[in-house]
Amino acid sequence: MTLRNYLRNIFQGLRSLWTGMRRTGYYFVHHKEIITQQYPDEPPRLAERFRGEVVMPHNESNEHRCTGCTACELACPNGTIKIITKYEVTPEGKKKKALDQFIYHLELCTLCNLCIVACPTDAIKMSQAFEHSVLDRRELIKILNKPGSRLMDGVE
Amino acid sequence: MLQEITSTDTGCLTINVGPQHPSTHGVLHLVITLSGETILRVDPHLGYIHRSIEKMCESLSYRQFIYVTSRMDYLSSHINNHGCALCVEQALQIEVPPRAQVIRVLMDELTRMASHVLWWGAMAMDVGAITPFFHAFRERELINEIMEETCGARLTMNYMVPGGVMFDLHPNFQKRVKDFIPFFKSKLDEYDELLTHNIIFKQRTQHIGVLSREDAISYGVTGPTARASGWACDVRKRVPYECYDRLRFEEVVEQAGDCYARYLVRMGEMRQSLSLVEQLIDNIPQGDFQAKTKAVLKLPKGEFYSRVETARGEFGVYIVSEGGTTPYRIKFRSPGFSNLSALDHMARGHKIGDLVAIMGSLDLVIPDIDR
Amino acid sequence: MWSIEQIIGALNQWLQHTLGNVGAAIAAYILLGIFVILFFSVLGLVLVYMERKVSAWMQVRLGPNRVGPKGLLQTLADTLKLMSKEGLTPAGADRFLFNLAPVLMIVVSMLLLAPVAFARNVQIWDLNIGVLYVSAISSVSVLAVLIAGWSSNNKYSLLGAMRSGAQIVSYELSAGFAILTVAVLSGSLQVSQIIESQQTGWWIFRGHLPVWVATVVYLIAVTAETNRAPFDLAEAESELTAGFHTEYSGMKFALFFLAEYANVFIASAIGATLFLGGWMPLHIGNWEAFNRVMDWIPSSIWFLAKTFFLIFVIMWFRWTFPRLRIDQLLELEWKYLLPIGLVNLILATAIAVLGWHF
Repeated sequence: MTLRNYLRNIFQGLRSLWTGMRRTGYYFVHHKEIITQQYPDEPPRLAERFRGEVVMPHNESNEHRCTGCTACELACPNGTIKIITKYEVTPEGKKKKALDQFIYHLELCTLCNLCIVACPTDAIKMSQAFEHSVLDRRELIKILNKPGSRLMDGVE
Repeated sequence: MLQEITSTDTGCLTINVGPQHPSTHGVLHLVITLSGETILRVDPHLGYIHRSIEKMCESLSYRQFIYVTSRMDYLSSHINNHGCALCVEQALQIEVPPRAQVIRVLMDELTRMASHVLWWGAMAMDVGAITPFFHAFRERELINEIMEETCGARLTMNYMVPGGVMFDLHPNFQKRVKDFIPFFKSKLDEYDELLTHNIIFKQRTQHIGVLSREDAISYGVTGPTARASGWACDVRKRVPYECYDRLRFEEVVEQAGDCYARYLVRMGEMRQSLSLVEQLIDNIPQGDFQAKTKAVLKLPKGEFYSRVETARGEFGVYIVSEGGTTPYRIKFRSPGFSNLSALDHMARGHKIGDLVAIMGSLDLVIPDIDR
Repeated sequence: MWSIEQIIGALNQWLQHTLGNVGAAIAAYILLGIFVILFFSVLGLVLVYMERKVSAWMQVRLGPNRVGPKGLLQTLADTLKLMSKEGLTPAGADRFLFNLAPVLMIVVSMLLLAPVAFARNVQIWDLNIGVLYVSAISSVSVLAVLIAGWSSNNKYSLLGAMRSGAQIVSYELSAGFAILTVAVLSGSLQVSQIIESQQTGWWIFRGHLPVWVATVVYLIAVTAETNRAPFDLAEAESELTAGFHTEYSGMKFALFFLAEYANVFIASAIGATLFLGGWMPLHIGNWEAFNRVMDWIPSSIWFLAKTFFLIFVIMWFRWTFPRLRIDQLLELEWKYLLPIGLVNLILATAIAVLGWHF
């Protein structure tokens, strides 16, 4: 190694270090580049398609669109959904299968969206709620159809 | 106390690196034998995060099993899902609509960038620079937001389904990606300033963990790790799938085979992915995003194999079907496993610090290795 | 205007008046002890906060901002947490040495505070070999690190300690050469005289090339000596988890932590004294008006500003660079810093003899 190479090495090394220091120095003085979102103070910007948990929308007169066909239960890869059906007697006097309880295990759910895709009547959808932590895991087992709710008219 | 520290006669020191260790990126357990600081032997011990994904898949239908594969190499979950969807499509001979193909390739390349960006930060962290990690996450966050908007999830998207993709692109997708491209280009130059040309980083990575082309082939190393050893093995070029054969991109190949070469290959791939996205973003064809498929998929009796290029290398899906709705046997060929197997060969004779740099340059994702 | 010098003088007089000579001396020592301990705790709080903010801003983050206004009380809260934690001693550890190491580390740092000149005529001990004393005492800290690593009965700790031994012993040399450069130019090893010699201008301006080189060498060497990134091989988080203090927890860990920051402060203070004139205000030749304005700023402010500038530079290093490997670290010392330091010292001597400095 000649002296010239030796000095050149030192110079190039120092220059490369200085380039890096200039970059971090730039960020040190330019505070507008800071990207931190202060989560509880600033509500997070969630996309509309964000998959938080499965919910069953009900309309004003407490009606849902679920016929209890169990397509979602079959589509679910990990047994997150359990549908209990009952027989309702229609005004015409016929027995008809209807939803009794839509049990949803949030603690098992991987939010893969397969149940939503499988549903023929668009009865369930994904909500954007993502703050799921609870103190008791039993609270994660949810019954999605509200008490006293019934099937919307016209949904088969 | 002396006897406890130095293990008897040979004067060697045996150390457990992991399963909890800052630089094993998860629960990898390495038993390393040292003489002073020099590594004599590295023994990777696996199994800490084994979830028997292959066995789980045997009880899931062909629509369901795809979501599990997101949990293997979670940094390129799109590409894993893609490989599985391809295999099912190949078995059922489903023609994927052109729009779905382009969407898939776009998502694959965005995933590749997100994965490489995270790797860049983690690599810097491994060699001791902490700041790049945070800068890397800034860019990764943008890609994640694009993903979130279209797919609904940030890490385990489950967006690929047999026959296409689950939903159409979000209306904002094109605009956001177009905003992202120039931003990311400028940040890639910053990456060069912070790390690529840094003398300390070069010293830490050049001539470290050299893997020759022959060794790379014999260990079955794929992906950027193999391409850094001069083995052109990009599945996107060699066995093009979807619309890769109609796209212009270069396979980044380096000859040196050391950590720095692997670093350069990944940096080059980020630029190539960016150019792929640039080519496609204005040319998304109209049409269906999903082919019409039956509600219940039944694969014909036989064996099917498909492969894709993930951010880590070649990911293979091998399905044995008996004609039912669930696979008889599924085998995943994960790139990380083969790449890890070369670690002992690469690390011998180097120092502990080099081992960390080599592991960083291999871009290990432990759930991918362990499945 | 009251200066620190006058306050201390008045306090001393009052003590002598009330307690007599012997009593005053004893009281002064006690007060001094209290001052050093208080100073260290405040220093720890301030420097940890500063480090966290500097790193946050370089990493496009906000940094601590929850506890107290602008997060100022964050480090206080952390200290309380550390104090309330259990100090574990691992089974199989050498208990005596294990508990001795953090204390030794902090005592060494405290000893180093003696020759630091905080303001005009404010110095704990102005001994005539001040800078030599600093070099000598600071190398004792390697003992603490070695003891800590050895007694922990942990292989990571041992590796970290051995690295640290090689590192501190070698970097001591170039730090010494850098210090000698200024000692040669100013003709004294006494801290107060070195500062006096910068009356007409700081050495970094007057001494030109040799002092510039010495400053760079000194900064690199003390970064290595204080075990901070990019030379934090003794800790090397991604390689050795936490190196020599892997097994320490609670207050014992806090002492190591505090000592690291105290060492950074002292290294920067000595650097500021040698190259940037210590408490000496910025004087330019015979611009009387300008010099008078500069003199109006209290000397302690000058000292702290220079010291904190150097601390910032050392933090800047830490948050920008990757870590070196142990053999590269020694190569940098023996192949680059040491020869450069030697040649630089000869150059400085020639300049001092020929009077070529300004």
